[in-house]
Amino acid sequence: MRANAVLPYVLIAPSVLFLAAFFLYPLAQTVALSLSDADGFTFAHYARMAGDLNFKDALVNTFLLVAVVVPLQLIAALGMAQMLTKLRKGRDLVLWVWTIPLGVSDLAAGLVWLALLTDRGYLNSALFALGLIDAPTGWLSYETPVTLFFAIVLAEIWRATAIVLVILVAGLGLVPKEYDEAAQIFGATPWQRFTKITLPLLKPSIQTALTLRTVLAFEVFAVVFALGGTSFPVLVGEAYIWQFQNQNYAVASAYAVLVMAISLGATVFYLRVLRTPPEARG
Amino acid sequence: MTARRLVYYAGIAMICAWILVPIWLIAVGAIGGRQGVFLWPKSLWPREFSFAAVELFLRIEGVGKALWNSVLAAALTMVLSVALGAPAGYALARFAFRGQNAYRLLILLTRAFPIAILALPLTVSFIRWGLYDTVFGVALVHTALALPFAALVSSSLFAGIPRELEEAAWVFGCTRLQAFAKIVLPLALPGIAATAIFAFVISWNEVFAASVLTVRERTLTAYLLTVLSESPLHFRFAGGLVLILPSVVFIFAVRRYLFAMWGIANR
Repeated sequence: MRANAVLPYVLIAPSVLFLAAFFLYPLAQTVALSLSDADGFTFAHYARMAGDLNFKDALVNTFLLVAVVVPLQLIAALGMAQMLTKLRKGRDLVLWVWTIPLGVSDLAAGLVWLALLTDRGYLNSALFALGLIDAPTGWLSYETPVTLFFAIVLAEIWRATAIVLVILVAGLGLVPKEYDEAAQIFGATPWQRFTKITLPLLKPSIQTALTLRTVLAFEVFAVVFALGGTSFPVLVGEAYIWQFQNQNYAVASAYAVLVMAISLGATVFYLRVLRTPPEARG
Repeated sequence: MTARRLVYYAGIAMICAWILVPIWLIAVGAIGGRQGVFLWPKSLWPREFSFAAVELFLRIEGVGKALWNSVLAAALTMVLSVALGAPAGYALARFAFRGQNAYRLLILLTRAFPIAILALPLTVSFIRWGLYDTVFGVALVHTALALPFAALVSSSLFAGIPRELEEAAWVFGCTRLQAFAKIVLPLALPGIAATAIFAFVISWNEVFAASVLTVRERTLTAYLLTVLSESPLHFRFAGGLVLILPSVVFIFAVRRYLFAMWGIANR
């Protein structure tokens, strides 16, 4: 019986050690790196970050992207999940198609949308065929920040709605059908059933999906680079530039700490706002 | 009734098209021949079917090596995250032990942080440890991304296998290890394989950490990112296609497990 007391610790030890070395340690190191220089403790790197020409744009752009993309994805995924529940034939095939983007990297997604939206791309060809433009037009340069922003939003929605969908569909599978049937018997409309039954019961899944998606959305970077190069500054892109082109690890770390703080803030926010009281858990 | 039904199916078809058409178009861009890229206005069908652009892309100095590095990093990530995560998952599923909640918290905490960004400070330590600019170093960071996921999913897999089966094996004289190897493992194996494939995809697609931690030993994503601005369009499209195709196949392979995995990884 003694072996059973030790065994679980033996089993989790490797992963704990690994996460300590490659998650907790670099976490502490990022903070340390961003807060110190040769003379010791300093806020200079943060001051340099905040004073950088691109900082404000990067901050605003990143928040704007998250604020537009994440709600749209939640709504789209909820709609898609509802559509799937009614589908009988071919559900597996449709599900597979809808989850294909799950395997597409943000860089590849950026390249896909580049093919569509570039000067001589398919969008412009379609507009040309409709007689709306008469020559290739650029949408993705720093001169057209609004269309560039929408191009990034499109690419992000195309790529990352699938993960929200998967979590919601999995969550819907755990919701007992009886509640919905009962509401139906009592004459609730489909919309009432959706808002009064499905949504509240789905809250834990929505919380997971939103947390995961928001944290990843604040990390947005490769899509932006693929579509607009450096014409659309975002926080993680700036971190990359400081690390690579400017070779300044401390300012890059300051950016990393900022992104982490924002992510943590978003997680705490969702935990509080979408809290499920223990007595309501299934 | 029928009109509603029609709208409903049209909606489903439109969402399918929304996902598939862009992939089709980048494929046309990649295999439609060199002229196709500069063709204006574009046609929805390739002018000529030739894999010349993709072939050319794969022949370019550095691409083959980057591709190999990507496969290697993803394979290492797959092995490491399952080897470290599955035992932890088994412990979570079968034992009640002190510190269990702390461990779960650690796993959940990884979700609240953008882990790839942690590659930034790691460059300094990696240079010191000789791991900088190696595929193994990249795989280590990718494992940090995939491991929490592997632990949670395998825990739910093991929890789904009745404890009684294992206990019956003990009664018949199996040791704990034998019972695990002969009874539990075969039942959990398909799910674990799906988890492994998902870890592969996570690594295959990761851009930031791979770009930060390598200079010469680029993975495909890191390589594409650095040459992005100076490469011609058909090169970028070929690169995008080469990145997408394996993942699409892999998602197809694990589609049955996708929902089971996330449904329980939710909790």
